[in-house]
Amino acid sequence: MARIIAGVTTSHVPAIGAALDLGKTAEPYWQPLFAGYEFSKRWIAEQKPDVVVLVYNDHASAFSLELIPTFAIGCAESFAPADEGWGPRPVPAVQGHPELAWHIAQSTILDEFDMTIVNRMDVDHGLTVPLSLMFGQPAAWPCKVIPLAVNVVQYPPPTGNRCYHLGRAIRKAVESYPEDLKVMVWGTGGMSHQLQGPRAGLINREFDTAFLDRLTSDPEGLAKIPHVDYVREAGSEGIELVMWLIMRGALAKDAREVYRFYHVPASNTAVGHMILENA
Amino acid sequence: MTDYNEAFKDIPGTVVFDATQSRLGYHLNMFCMSLMKAENRAAFKAGERAYLERFPMSAEQREAVLARDYNRMISLGGNIYFLAKIGATDGFSFQNLASKMTGVSEEAYRGMMLAGGRPAQGNRSRSDPAL
Repeated sequence: MARIIAGVTTSHVPAIGAALDLGKTAEPYWQPLFAGYEFSKRWIAEQKPDVVVLVYNDHASAFSLELIPTFAIGCAESFAPADEGWGPRPVPAVQGHPELAWHIAQSTILDEFDMTIVNRMDVDHGLTVPLSLMFGQPAAWPCKVIPLAVNVVQYPPPTGNRCYHLGRAIRKAVESYPEDLKVMVWGTGGMSHQLQGPRAGLINREFDTAFLDRLTSDPEGLAKIPHVDYVREAGSEGIELVMWLIMRGALAKDAREVYRFYHVPASNTAVGHMILENA
Repeated sequence: MTDYNEAFKDIPGTVVFDATQSRLGYHLNMFCMSLMKAENRAAFKAGERAYLERFPMSAEQREAVLARDYNRMISLGGNIYFLAKIGATDGFSFQNLASKMTGVSEEAYRGMMLAGGRPAQGNRSRSDPAL
């Protein structure tokens, strides 16, 4: 049977992708950030997941205002890096796992989550930056990836509670898949940041630290945080943190923290990263 | 729903992209979306005013784009992820746009971020004493 072995959360700042693609990782500004992922790169090389369900948000790349799915699961064979205005990132195409993706789609829909099924979708920095942070710059990504795009651009986004429960439904789906696969669920975006208006640049280390602590110890309490509190405390784009709760819901209640990294700033953003393993 | 949307208005310096903003900014944002294609970026650069005429935006929205007044574009329904495509077309980073929206030099903005960013204290509510 397939099983979920671990969860990863990480910010997905576009400037991190640019720093990697332009060979700036050793610069003093970026070096501490990339150093924070060295453990994770070694860890994932040992874990060797077969599939990553990668929860992220599209930033007006695949989805404009013409179509705004709350939860969209990528069921295609492969996904190309998106051109976000300065040409696509020079990273490998993402290979999907259509059979497992369809299985998750069917199972979660029957569990009353109204998933949108996507058969053609370019993937932007929200998905490719976490892959780069965890795997570096290989010629091909070492595992299959199922993109799960969450709307956090158009209000209202899904509630934290809905995200947490979707995670639980994903776990149920994965555990009912007959093939013996090692699956990870990643939640990306965050942590505190605001990209727009006179309040741009907001960072709240205290909120972020508490969020990281409670992700292991009190996820159900975290799932109750209303949207307005995310915006107030973590900035307008800090709302992306609801996606971390999908990862958390997909893991066991007693999952344990094996690694944590927090760094300010990457461009406009507080970078948070955590690895949780199922017992 | 009214209470849900209203609650965000207490947060200073922030426009939440709700249904009202989305309806107001639809064509402005779809113009930005067109800049995902290299040929459209070239056409926009070759004649900004003429290119903007292709989209049924308000005169105010067109002027805000030409002036690269991002806060104005946001107030007229622009969403930052869409507007960032104008910045990318101009060759500017997100951090550069943020400095423009906060009214400081890019160097000063970068310095603020390196020093830990803008504090939440004093920026949570319009009734915060620091404002």
